[in-house]
Amino acid sequence: MTSVILQQPTEEKAARKTNRGFIHGLLTNKKAMTGMAIMLTFIVLALAAPALFPADPSRITGMASLEPDSEHWLGTTAKGQDVLALTIHGARSSLFVGLTVGVASTFIGILVGLASAYFGKFIDEALSLLTNVFLLLPGLPLLVILAAFLPPGLGTVILVLTVTGWAGSARVLRSQALSIRSKDFVAAAVVSGERAGRIMFREILPNMASIVMGTLLACVIYGIGAQAGLEFLGLGDVSTVSWGNNLFWAGNEGALLTGSWWVFVPSGLCIALVAFALALINYAVDEVTNPRLRKIRKPATTERSNAK
Amino acid sequence: MTVSQTSFGSHEPVLDVKNLTVKYIGDTRSTTAVDNVSFSIGAGEVFGLAGESGCGKSTIANSIMRLLKDPANVAAGSISFGGKDVLAMSQDELRRFRWQDVAMVFQSAMNSLNPVLTIGEQVADIFTTHAGYSRKESLRRAAQLLELVRIDPARLKSYPHQLSGGMRQRAVIAMAVALKPSLLILDEPTTALDVVVQQEIMAQIKDLQRELGFSVLFITHDMSLMVELSHRMAVMYGGRIVETAKAHDIYTTPRHPYTQALMGAFPPLTGPRVPLTGLPEGVKFHNIPDLAEVAPGHFVAPFDADAEAGVLEGAAQ
Amino acid sequence: MRFILRRLGFYLIAFWASITLNFLLPRFMPGDPVSRMFARSQDRMQPEQLDALRKLLGVDNRPIWEQYAGYLQDVLTGQMGVSITRFPTPVTEVISSQIGWTLLLGGTALVIAAVVGNLLGILAAWRRGGAIDSALPPLLVFIGSFPYFWLAMGALYLFGVVLGWFPIRHAFTDGLEPAFTSEFIGDVAAHLVLPALTIVLVSIGGWMLGMRNTMIATNSEDYITMAEAKGLRPGRIMLRYAARNAMLPSVTSFGMGLGFVVGGALLTEVVFAYPGVGYQLLNAVQGLDYPLMQGLFLTITAAVLLANFLVDILYVRLDPRVRSN
Repeated sequence: MTSVILQQPTEEKAARKTNRGFIHGLLTNKKAMTGMAIMLTFIVLALAAPALFPADPSRITGMASLEPDSEHWLGTTAKGQDVLALTIHGARSSLFVGLTVGVASTFIGILVGLASAYFGKFIDEALSLLTNVFLLLPGLPLLVILAAFLPPGLGTVILVLTVTGWAGSARVLRSQALSIRSKDFVAAAVVSGERAGRIMFREILPNMASIVMGTLLACVIYGIGAQAGLEFLGLGDVSTVSWGNNLFWAGNEGALLTGSWWVFVPSGLCIALVAFALALINYAVDEVTNPRLRKIRKPATTERSNAK
Repeated sequence: MTVSQTSFGSHEPVLDVKNLTVKYIGDTRSTTAVDNVSFSIGAGEVFGLAGESGCGKSTIANSIMRLLKDPANVAAGSISFGGKDVLAMSQDELRRFRWQDVAMVFQSAMNSLNPVLTIGEQVADIFTTHAGYSRKESLRRAAQLLELVRIDPARLKSYPHQLSGGMRQRAVIAMAVALKPSLLILDEPTTALDVVVQQEIMAQIKDLQRELGFSVLFITHDMSLMVELSHRMAVMYGGRIVETAKAHDIYTTPRHPYTQALMGAFPPLTGPRVPLTGLPEGVKFHNIPDLAEVAPGHFVAPFDADAEAGVLEGAAQ
Repeated sequence: MRFILRRLGFYLIAFWASITLNFLLPRFMPGDPVSRMFARSQDRMQPEQLDALRKLLGVDNRPIWEQYAGYLQDVLTGQMGVSITRFPTPVTEVISSQIGWTLLLGGTALVIAAVVGNLLGILAAWRRGGAIDSALPPLLVFIGSFPYFWLAMGALYLFGVVLGWFPIRHAFTDGLEPAFTSEFIGDVAAHLVLPALTIVLVSIGGWMLGMRNTMIATNSEDYITMAEAKGLRPGRIMLRYAARNAMLPSVTSFGMGLGFVVGGALLTEVVFAYPGVGYQLLNAVQGLDYPLMQGLFLTITAAVLLANFLVDILYVRLDPRVRSN
């Protein structure tokens, strides 16, 4: 028994070491750096929005449907609002909701996944069933129904997106937690009488850092996209300024049919850029943790067996 | 460096490996898995390649069939089969060379069979590809092959997971001899099997070898199995051959300390019980020199006898 | 067989859960949907229809278990009430007139995206570092980052409004009589191009990358090495050995992908005013048509569950290991 307990600190140390290697791998990965640069730009813009455009972005500042010019860099909407101000202020709500939903969904996913893996048996069966049912219910229709019954508002949007978004992360995290649960150092911790909470959060959780990160990124992507979809359908809080609402108004005011492309392009492009940046970081995480997916580096000297 | 060409069968070697070096090229550093290895196998000869896991045995087998995958690459040396340069073959030549000239039985039969195709389909596609037989004719021949290794031909319709481990490995052996290759590579063919099945499989291989007369490259870490089956053998350590001679010579007088340790690590299949000894923990060999002939046909990598003995004893205490 | 029965049981539970969710939502949500709805349509409602609506949404004084039992019975016998926005058409009638369009749009898009995406994934993994493998994934991931509805808007604007190549709204030209004539079918196909294209564009990247990554994992399996050693033709190894095994997870995600496509179809339908269930669902929400909303949600869920069950049956055909257990 002693030998097993002795083994534990080295395993933990190994985990910490791989985590450091993981961060180093991310910092030297081109995809990850591109993604982080894009994200950082958006976060800075979102934070600086009140300084850049101190006035209410919904305020009417010019003629209706102006093409982009020196005064309104991205033109104006059919109401005469400045599109650039709307877009930059929109980042605040969109990023906030996306991050909140992402963190909340991942948190629920971690709890469910860890509980499933640690307690097993009946609890695992029940939680898995719940997870799979939620995974199978078509997400957007469920979103629409929930949003229709709940009073409109930012809180509703976050709640609804979290309710429909947690299951995916729970499934991924459960299978990872299960494989770590079966490792010797967890068995050693159980035998040495550590409390359930400590084992789950101090022994198992630190070893799934990269998966948690991947899940978090996927959840944020989901949150931003789904919020935009919900708001585009007019089911969000129509009074706030966000990318989804900008697009809702663009559709409502017929920007497409009047040819005011500058009204709907910026917000959509921003959503895509953020999602793309997060996806890039996510793929980088995959590459760093799974060497098989890495780019094949052809050695400088051509090998005979390879050449033909 | 030259190694004796004394082969058991004819003097014309079927397979001639010269100064083979295989490297694994990593992101930051490279590892030499096989380092300047030479050996040859004569017609009808069974040549054994022994050594611990990771010593480069399987890498040699994969190099011979040109199955190395990135990041492994042949960095130097030559492999010639029946006078043909294997490393210079075109894709088409290579495809014909594989299985018609050299066939291989892989370590784990479970993993080397496609789980979603029936045994019949996997045997038959050898015939349809290489012999150009119709599907029906191929299946008929597949049934004959299964009978050859004493499997009920009704099993052609089974999927791999429906067969026992021993049966799967016999099916793989049947597939290997389908085209009557002149060389059969056995890469630890019995590792995943229990001892009784191991014996059945080895007997099967011996029978087939006697019947069909192919040469064998037999790779294992099980010295007693190897001595039983091989005519001549080589012992590998850290990508190098440390000793090569007739199997009987190595069995009776192992010269290199590593060979001695390896011989002591396995119980003999027959005879009285003997206490097992192995290489003591912490003992490693570095910078193994080229082989030198110490007795007719018996080559050993020179080692510092006193120093090695000292290390062995020191570690044993 | 046991596998199929287990899955069937699971789908029944999932369907029961969605019925229960439907039952609970109007009863526990803050606010009173019925009174909101009355304001809109009481002048047109017959007393017994009003009664039925109260029962459906739980504004009656029976104990909750009785309400639940009654609700279950109604749903299972297909009595989902009367649509408010299309008063007095029964909900089932509204749905059955529109589900065909969603099946056409979602089905076409899903099949094209899955088939093309998987083929691209197979090719990319087989030629690691080749043209397909290096150029397509980043491009498709980028396109896939756009919201469905935004790409739909872009396509509508570019190909519909500016270039005028394709019609921009509805499933067929107004006034055309639905019939099995080449004219009508051609018209439907022309209306289908843009909505289907957007769904395909957004979802194809996921298929391709999923297949590519599974194929890469499969390519390092021993049976692939053995197949190479056997000297089989590369095409056969790629399809019968590598792709045949790598497609198994892909088949499973086909079922999951369905739910997403239904969602994507919903947004796309809204942009193109395509008369499917998604478009109808939004209309129902905007018109506070709760019976129709609930009916649509249950129908969509049932369709997704049924499709998943069919996928399971297909999976059993494809993987002999599941069959024998």
